[in-house]
Amino acid sequence: MKNALLQAREVHLSFGTTPALRGAEITVREGEILAVMGPSGSGKSTLLHCLAGILVPEQGEIHFDGRRIDRMNEAERSSLRRDTFGFVFQFGQLVPELSAEENVALPLLLAGVRRGKALTEARSWLDRLGLDGLGHRTSGELSGGQAQRVALARGLVARPRVLFADEPTGALDSLTGEQVMDLMVSAAHDEGTTVVLVTHEPRVAAYADREVIVRDGKVLALTAEPVG
Amino acid sequence: MTVPLTLLGLLEREPRHGYDLKRDYDAFFGRDKPLSFGQVYSTLSRLARDGKVVISDLEAGAGPDRKRYVITDRGATEVSAWLTEPVAPEPHLQTVLFAKVTLALLLDRPAEQYLDTQRAAHMQRMRELTQVKRTGSLVDSLLADHALFHIEADLRWIELTAARLDALAQEVRAR
Repeated sequence: MKNALLQAREVHLSFGTTPALRGAEITVREGEILAVMGPSGSGKSTLLHCLAGILVPEQGEIHFDGRRIDRMNEAERSSLRRDTFGFVFQFGQLVPELSAEENVALPLLLAGVRRGKALTEARSWLDRLGLDGLGHRTSGELSGGQAQRVALARGLVARPRVLFADEPTGALDSLTGEQVMDLMVSAAHDEGTTVVLVTHEPRVAAYADREVIVRDGKVLALTAEPVG
Repeated sequence: MTVPLTLLGLLEREPRHGYDLKRDYDAFFGRDKPLSFGQVYSTLSRLARDGKVVISDLEAGAGPDRKRYVITDRGATEVSAWLTEPVAPEPHLQTVLFAKVTLALLLDRPAEQYLDTQRAAHMQRMRELTQVKRTGSLVDSLLADHALFHIEADLRWIELTAARLDALAQEVRAR
């Protein structure tokens, strides 16, 4: 069985008096694509934010590759998010003033890569995701599906260890959403990237290797963890 | 094969005469298609032949019949195994799932666990079909899509039922 790359242990987090996570436990193994499902308000996005070091739990532990994320300070978590994690959200959240290829190059530029090299790398990711020739367009000139593929390219360009995807197809029609999922799964498998995919759509979750359900702030694993 | 198992499940709740058993069945599961008395009695005699029920006494119930049927250990084991086993994911299984959930609630069994097991079986089948879509021809993909949409509809029903289990339990147990 592959190594546990990311783990939440007994994680609790409330927003005001409303508990979002109540003893959540999850193990994400290196290289797997794990779907986190659950109804609205179940705590699945909060769990993703804790695993990604965006939120810090009130109780419990978050482990990533032998390190305690929950014990890091803001600067350490910020650098982990920038250098080691990638993100795709429901709405692409592209910077509207920048072109598609500049958007994709952003994580590399923030990591100190030379502009020319970053843009070349960005263009190769756009080609790979079927967006060749669209690199100069701004987000306003792209369709929803194209914009989400640009966001996916941006999430993967720095070759993160973990890609966090929160309802990445939520704003897309069914066919376009499936194309984005197909590209995400292929790219993640090719690169060996671990993916934590939050979705309430079974058809999207079916692209993952296995799924867990978040219910009332706790995690239920319904399928066996992968072997091998 | 749902009728014999459903009748067995109803007998696990309490021993019944054939007439009362038919009324129970029709009230829960046979509103559109009530069982005939002939089917009830022939099913009960097969269940008795196979050792899954026994006749306890010859006192008349609400109807004209005098035989009162009691589930045996073998019958109860069969009901238990049937409830625990997920149904093969395919279109039009809601009636079987519905019978299982309702019986589980009547018998105070863990209906939520059964739904979770079923959800896992459905998701596993959806993953297999998604793999067919990703690697197969367009024809394969369209066939897989047809199955995927039906299985997804079942899953939505499972979600909805899981969210309403407490209210459903109150309603069926009050009958």
